[in-house]
Amino acid sequence: MSRPWLRPAALATALVLVVPVAAGLIGTALPALGYLPSAGAASASLDPVKALLDAPGLGRSILLSLGTGLAATLVSLLLVMLLLAGWLDSAAFRWLRRLLAPLLSVPHAAAALGLALVIAPSGFLVRLVAPLSPALSRPPDWLILQDPFGLTLTLGLVLKEVPFLLLMALAALHQIDLRPRLQLAESFGYGRIAAFGHTVAPLLYRQLRLPVLAVLAFSTSVVDMALVLGPSLPATLAVRVVGWMGDPDLAIRMKGAAGALLQLSVSAAALLVWFAGERALRLVWRSQAIRGHRLARDRIASRTGLGVLLGLVVLAVLGLSVLTLWSLATAWRYPDLLPSSLTLRHWLQSGPDLTGLIATTLAIGLAVSLTAAALVTALLQERVQGQGGGGAGLDTWLLDGLAFVPLLVPQVAFLFGLQVLFLQAGLDGSLFGVALSHFVFVLPYILLSLRGPWGALDPRYRQVALSLGASEQRVFWRIRLPLMLPAILTAVALGLAISVSQYLPTLLIGGGRVTTVTTEAVALASGGSRPLIAVHALAQILLPFAGFALAAALSRLLLPRLFPRRSS
Amino acid sequence: MYFHAWGGEPRINAYIDWVAGELKQQYGVTLEHVKVDDTANVVARVLAEKTAGKTSGGAVDLVWINGENFAAMKREGLLQAEAWAERLPNWALVDVEGKPTVRKDFTVATDGLESPWGMAKLVFMHDSARLAEPPASLQALAEFAKANPGRFTYPQPPNFHGSTFLKQALSDLIDDREKLARPVDPARFEADTAALFAWLDALHPNLWRGGKAFPQSVAALWQLLADGEVDIAFSFNPGDASAAIAAGELPDTVRSFVFAGGTIGNSHFVAIPFNANAPAAAKVLANFLLSPEAQARKEDPAIWGDPTVLNVAALADADKARFAAIDLGKAGLSPSALGPTLPEPHPSWMEALEAAWAKRYGAQ
Repeated sequence: MSRPWLRPAALATALVLVVPVAAGLIGTALPALGYLPSAGAASASLDPVKALLDAPGLGRSILLSLGTGLAATLVSLLLVMLLLAGWLDSAAFRWLRRLLAPLLSVPHAAAALGLALVIAPSGFLVRLVAPLSPALSRPPDWLILQDPFGLTLTLGLVLKEVPFLLLMALAALHQIDLRPRLQLAESFGYGRIAAFGHTVAPLLYRQLRLPVLAVLAFSTSVVDMALVLGPSLPATLAVRVVGWMGDPDLAIRMKGAAGALLQLSVSAAALLVWFAGERALRLVWRSQAIRGHRLARDRIASRTGLGVLLGLVVLAVLGLSVLTLWSLATAWRYPDLLPSSLTLRHWLQSGPDLTGLIATTLAIGLAVSLTAAALVTALLQERVQGQGGGGAGLDTWLLDGLAFVPLLVPQVAFLFGLQVLFLQAGLDGSLFGVALSHFVFVLPYILLSLRGPWGALDPRYRQVALSLGASEQRVFWRIRLPLMLPAILTAVALGLAISVSQYLPTLLIGGGRVTTVTTEAVALASGGSRPLIAVHALAQILLPFAGFALAAALSRLLLPRLFPRRSS
Repeated sequence: MYFHAWGGEPRINAYIDWVAGELKQQYGVTLEHVKVDDTANVVARVLAEKTAGKTSGGAVDLVWINGENFAAMKREGLLQAEAWAERLPNWALVDVEGKPTVRKDFTVATDGLESPWGMAKLVFMHDSARLAEPPASLQALAEFAKANPGRFTYPQPPNFHGSTFLKQALSDLIDDREKLARPVDPARFEADTAALFAWLDALHPNLWRGGKAFPQSVAALWQLLADGEVDIAFSFNPGDASAAIAAGELPDTVRSFVFAGGTIGNSHFVAIPFNANAPAAAKVLANFLLSPEAQARKEDPAIWGDPTVLNVAALADADKARFAAIDLGKAGLSPSALGPTLPEPHPSWMEALEAAWAKRYGAQ
């Protein structure tokens, strides 16, 4: 048995994840403190920090980032818990799950664009009721998009995070023996929600905590979605930081670097607020459990939860339909409910460009997610074989926290520094450089999605096989890997989806030489043509969607071949 | 070679595709259009390369640029040093006399560091189906907004078009326009802009969304015009309205208009970074972009609709005919109807205006 600190997969993972983040943070921190030698700023100064503090509305931006991030995370978690508590095993649940799962593959930018086209005052919902009132013969002057409190941005984030948390929760539930627990609680007269809340939710939350924290860190620092849906007077902090970092004026770029560090503290503050909330809730939970209120009449709560989720699904389906219609519309003026005529022109025009973009996006996405899945598999396997080796090794560290650092540190905080690092290494503008930057974000998600199923496999399979004389290698190849295949394929598809949706890393490390469907879609979003925006947003959705569909089909196809039924 | 140019407009992208084809055929140069969403990112990139000590083999061979981005690259020494632009063979065709902005980019001398590509001028558009008589002056615009709350807005500064609208308003409202040709005097800035901000204070409650939100780009502003949310929009290119109608992006009832007292205008350019990987090919491209063939095609609203920088009257007859054949479209304005061109203020005005605007309206 190898010594814990020298396991190759753990070491490789640590290097690939931690080095870029740490180096990137340093590369951002130096200019934030006035050190940028190429610009003649070679001595430390607090000017960038002062300039940052002078930015009008900075406090408001910070509060917006904190508020929208915390609200979106809390609401998403609550909805997922309500759905599981009230409707698990019901027909409604199976339907919702089937409808929500594909939403996971919709990148944030595309989801935001679709949502905007539905809920804007000139959007689909108002057009639906426009014939009812002459006052709606022109779009009403309502502040829905860019609302000053970020409510629409929160809605958009919830729309994207609910499917992610639901998928993570379903994976975690496999490891909790929940039905006997629920039956026991219900036999004591507890309502469904109370039974779930007291016997399953605490265990489930422990498994779900890391994904929830990742959602929180992401939501407090999201850029692409906030550009479309968020307020602009002022914008959230991350949006302003990206704006400053791209300014031709060096002093403003250094202010941006200082802003990136502030973003890091804001996301950290959000985590601290969340931790405090966890503690408070734990106390409340305990006292509630002791009091023993049965809360048998909980239909209103569970129906509200279901209603809200159904509303979200309707919004998402409408958003995708409206995007599809726009990609085919010749002209679609308010208050027409449908385009006057349809055409394939926009798709045909973009065809040649799209083919190249899709090829690049797929090449990066597949290479990254397959490599990451292989590395994660090796990492998890090292841990299985290393059990009983004594002491907490690097792999334990990685599995319990270190690997998730890239998900908890806001992208803007270290990508600026990472760009300079890659430039010096000559990796900028290359497919390899972009792939490497994607890898940092893809690997943690793959680990997140594989960790649960890996741990859930009954250890007795291995023990029996070893006792029958099989080697560790043979146990892995013949038993564990085939059994884990569906989970691995899903993880690869998830990795592809994460890679496709990366905007900032592709933009900064790719330097314009490497463009994906996502950078193209966001570049077009600054131009006017809605049909073209729709075409690229849909292309962005189709890739990950095809990935998940292929993963599902492959597991169905391969599993029976790997474990043929023996007729005896 | 890599040409970094804003990629938000399909018609411009299609034009650059055509250029790439011609370049390949005529000179054997392979052109790769790097579609940029904000030119400031290109400046940031070249700067990052300089930071990393990359003095050759840079990512950018040619960049579409003007205004503060050019001023920043010139100031930081990020451009090819020799005055190459005025040594290009086609430079002789450029209308240096009639279009002085081809050598003065926002009052900053180009010194041959960038080669002119096209002209721009602030032109308003209105939907004639909803608004028959558009306001012909800044004051009339404010009166229109007062009478029709929620039907006008402008892109949020520091967006380029939003800042241009501020500069237009300042040019109309400042006591002495000569002040704008010189750098801002910080001590006098507040007094010089008092009239402007008083005018904006009165205008904002009557804007779209009560001035509590602004479109983030001029494209978003046009979309509002197309959706019927506003009645007036504007662009920085006299050909835009006709071209957008042709592409189905705006209703064909949209028409152009300008202020009687004149509107702001300037030129846009292409420049070669100091560390370009293929500077010779970049010069071939810059020269081709100045050819009557490329310039006439660019001016056609059916293609792009970007006015030429050349002195058409001095061209050979065959080349004159190329320009005479262009149909300016339903919403096009003839050169005489475009009215006087007001010069761009010194770049320091734009920065000061943007900062003052953000301070006053940026956090509501």
